[in-house]
Amino acid sequence: MTPAISAAGLSRRYRGQLALDNISFDIEPGTITGLLGRNGAGKTTLLRILAGHELASAGTVAVLGACPFENEKVLRRTVFVREDQSYPDMRVRQAVEMASWLYPDWDGDLAGSLLEEFELPPSRRVAKLSRGMRSALGIVIGLAARAEVTFFDEPYAGLDPVARQLFYDRLLADYAEHPRTVLLSTHLIDEAAGLLERVLVIDRGRIVFNTAADDLRGAATSVSGPAIAVAEFTAGRSVWDRRRIASQETVVVAGALNETDRARAAALHLHLEPLTLQQVVVRTAATPQASPQERTSA
Amino acid sequence: MAGLDEGAPLFVQIAERLADEIADGALAEGDRVPSTNELAAYYRINPATAAKGISMLTDDGLLEKRRGIGMFVAAGAKARLLAERRKRFAERYVEPLVAEAGRLGINADELIALIRESSYMQKGTGI
Repeated sequence: MTPAISAAGLSRRYRGQLALDNISFDIEPGTITGLLGRNGAGKTTLLRILAGHELASAGTVAVLGACPFENEKVLRRTVFVREDQSYPDMRVRQAVEMASWLYPDWDGDLAGSLLEEFELPPSRRVAKLSRGMRSALGIVIGLAARAEVTFFDEPYAGLDPVARQLFYDRLLADYAEHPRTVLLSTHLIDEAAGLLERVLVIDRGRIVFNTAADDLRGAATSVSGPAIAVAEFTAGRSVWDRRRIASQETVVVAGALNETDRARAAALHLHLEPLTLQQVVVRTAATPQASPQERTSA
Repeated sequence: MAGLDEGAPLFVQIAERLADEIADGALAEGDRVPSTNELAAYYRINPATAAKGISMLTDDGLLEKRRGIGMFVAAGAKARLLAERRKRFAERYVEPLVAEAGRLGINADELIALIRESSYMQKGTGI
């Protein structure tokens, strides 16, 4: 199958700073992929290049089989919802109508029901919307566009948890009925974890993980209990983290545990807890490296 | 992810939830099981994850596909699940119980008395 999105040897340099450093990956069509990483890791830069908003310094990208930059054919089949998207001076209704002209698979009924669910007044001027309402407008357009490739870049600035849950639910429901390729960058990893089939974790412009979300969940386990027993259990394992209080210790070990390991841990009275997707990402992205560079990209 | 948080891969948790429902009869043999999209919406998970859970049970022969209609609980699924759980009962419940009793200095007779008492309290378990 031709990947929906692919990057090969992709780099982006801003005034000598490398925002993306020789990135290569493929994303299969019909998947929801989480793009995860810290601020300045290069997520927005990557999305902007994939959405045809800027050019790479080196390497190539293909979206739906072609380079997206100034490529009308590709851009009509993709939608890019940005954090803090700005709109021309117009009313909500007009913003939605303009979007409907742009996307061939636009679903007006879906747009209408989403506007209601997010409580967006159609006649309000976009400039008068709160930050959260403007985010909701972006989400409405991003979902109703029903584009083959949908990019969401932290689409929920200012949205409360209820509205975010509404976004996740409507995204899942519409995706189930109309499968498409979704690339969603987010900091709220635990919240979105269930939605994700794949994850692309980037750090300092490089790919740390490109894998099934299920493989990252449980990629490490926190082992806690009496320090002596913890030491016995974790001997010879790759340890990510170690914390101790009095005689109790908690150690994070890498790698999946099997039935034998679990039985042994139970016999040693140890408590096992697999790390969540968010915890795994935090640990991998928080590892300090020599001379971290300031990035100019947000 | 309504109520799914136990750390096992999500698709395994989905399979276990469905297996539980089959074992306790909530899903009877011949019943239609929720579709992947229904499961995805309910548990707030990716449909591909739900599909993986369903296919685990299909591979085990607990569910069967009826073309164009959906997935159904296979004949004999409950009996097979219960037989398998009985086989693992000692390992999963009795051995840890006996081990903990040992640590607390509860001997076998006292343990049996406790079990009888608990069984009496929860009448109808048939012990």
